[in-house]
Amino acid sequence: MNPAFEPEALSWYEANARQRVAALVDPGSFREVVGPEERATSPHLALFDLPEQFDDGMIVGRATFAGAPILIAAQEGRFMGGAVGEVHGAKLVGLLRAAKTLSLDVLILFDTGGVRLQEANAGETAIAEIMRALVEARLAGSRVVGLIGGRSGCYGGGGLIAGCCSALVVTEQGRISVTGPEVIETNRGVEEFDARDRALVWRTMGGKHRYLIGGADVFVDDGPGAFRDAVRDVLKAPGRLDRATLDAEQSRLERRLTRFGASTDAVAVWSALGIADAPAVPGLSTKAFRAIATCRESADDAR
Amino acid sequence: MTLAEILAGLFPDGHDVVVTDGLILGTGRRTGGGLVHVLGIAEGTPLGIDGALALAGLVLAIARSGDGAPILMLIDSASQRMSRRDELLGLNEYLAHLAKALMLAEAEGHPTLGLLYGRSAAGAFIATALATAHLVALPGAHPEVMDLPSMARVTKLSLDVLTEKARATPVFAPGLDNLVQTGAIHTVWDPEKSLAEQLEAHFCAPPGPGDRRDRLGAERGGRPRAAVIAERVATHVTERA
Repeated sequence: MNPAFEPEALSWYEANARQRVAALVDPGSFREVVGPEERATSPHLALFDLPEQFDDGMIVGRATFAGAPILIAAQEGRFMGGAVGEVHGAKLVGLLRAAKTLSLDVLILFDTGGVRLQEANAGETAIAEIMRALVEARLAGSRVVGLIGGRSGCYGGGGLIAGCCSALVVTEQGRISVTGPEVIETNRGVEEFDARDRALVWRTMGGKHRYLIGGADVFVDDGPGAFRDAVRDVLKAPGRLDRATLDAEQSRLERRLTRFGASTDAVAVWSALGIADAPAVPGLSTKAFRAIATCRESADDAR
Repeated sequence: MTLAEILAGLFPDGHDVVVTDGLILGTGRRTGGGLVHVLGIAEGTPLGIDGALALAGLVLAIARSGDGAPILMLIDSASQRMSRRDELLGLNEYLAHLAKALMLAEAEGHPTLGLLYGRSAAGAFIATALATAHLVALPGAHPEVMDLPSMARVTKLSLDVLTEKARATPVFAPGLDNLVQTGAIHTVWDPEKSLAEQLEAHFCAPPGPGDRRDRLGAERGGRPRAAVIAERVATHVTERA
């Protein structure tokens, strides 16, 4: 082992996509397909005089996890904010179609700002194809687990894909949302959302809030070991998708509106959940947070 | 065409479709016999958590009924509703839930068809029209991911430069033709012909099974690489099994 690179000491937030994959799966087991050597670059970025990347910011392949074969995809948040373009999206579509054929589970390591605007129509269509391939894989019995803790979060179409997964593992830094803070502010004004108020962003879209309302299933520390333990656990759950699952999801999303629909801030939601000192939640350690999070809403068998 | 004209054209034998709070709900009588469940968004309404949940509930009720009747999604919406409340309460889950419900109903025997007759954008477009088995449009429909002025802000390119580039490629600029080129929209219906006949023609001989949007995008030139890349990934992953 190269002493300069210690996978277990990795910060998920700081790491790049390849480091995350290597540190997550069984050591040395990852086999990338359509990797950088194939030069599968975006055919559209040249029009904007933007640099291409040989993997278009998406890494896909097979690996073993806890000894069992698995498919894995990872978005590179350092390339165009992990945004989904034609090639980037198509790689995930192909992987999810293979998951259905092979009856394998899939891990998606999200790190994305959403659709890549320079190829917006191709990216938007790719999101729709990914969601369809994901749902079809789940209907055929595959589990699809989303891991969210990257620098770019999981925004836009990425948030919709995450919402289709059978389980989501999230860190405190992992943000899940459709419209990003800057876009809300641009469209609705700073009174609606002050995008520079980082505390507001974290408590509205961040991992702790998502975990508390049932928007994510496992809350973990920012390292590969924590993600690995969580993935091992959620892969033991059925992860099925059928009418009972969606009826249950309908009920829990109705319940959320009933319980918290009048709240305008996350602190009010947490108070309504029964957390005594709600304003203290953002500052809590993982251990202390888990201890007070027992009153959370869960999405078990309802996602 | 107005929604009333479209509904009259689709269902000359009658329908009970109404619009409430921007959401479309009802059934139409097919000229070929039987019913079509009609759902959707009207009047350029943005899709927020409340609307998405209401629509998903209706779709799941249809799936529960087991009547096997098709579902027609009529769409003239804005984008997803952009607000602090929607994001606070998990808009991504509500939109994904609606998309999953549509795909589940389809898997349980309700053919789904989207008909884009006005605007739609971004998350609202993905969770409704783009979650149906096939999507058709009427001329004048205007799908977009983001309008060009907003895109200019985000990409830091001038509006003039973006407008110029939009002429060279269908890949980023708003508009119906561009989404046809990428394969997202299967067909543009002819408003001069009977809409009822075009609806019957679709349900009697739907385009082949499976998601063919990437192959359409390749044939039409709007997405030259998606189908090849997806196929290559699927094949290589399977070969190494």
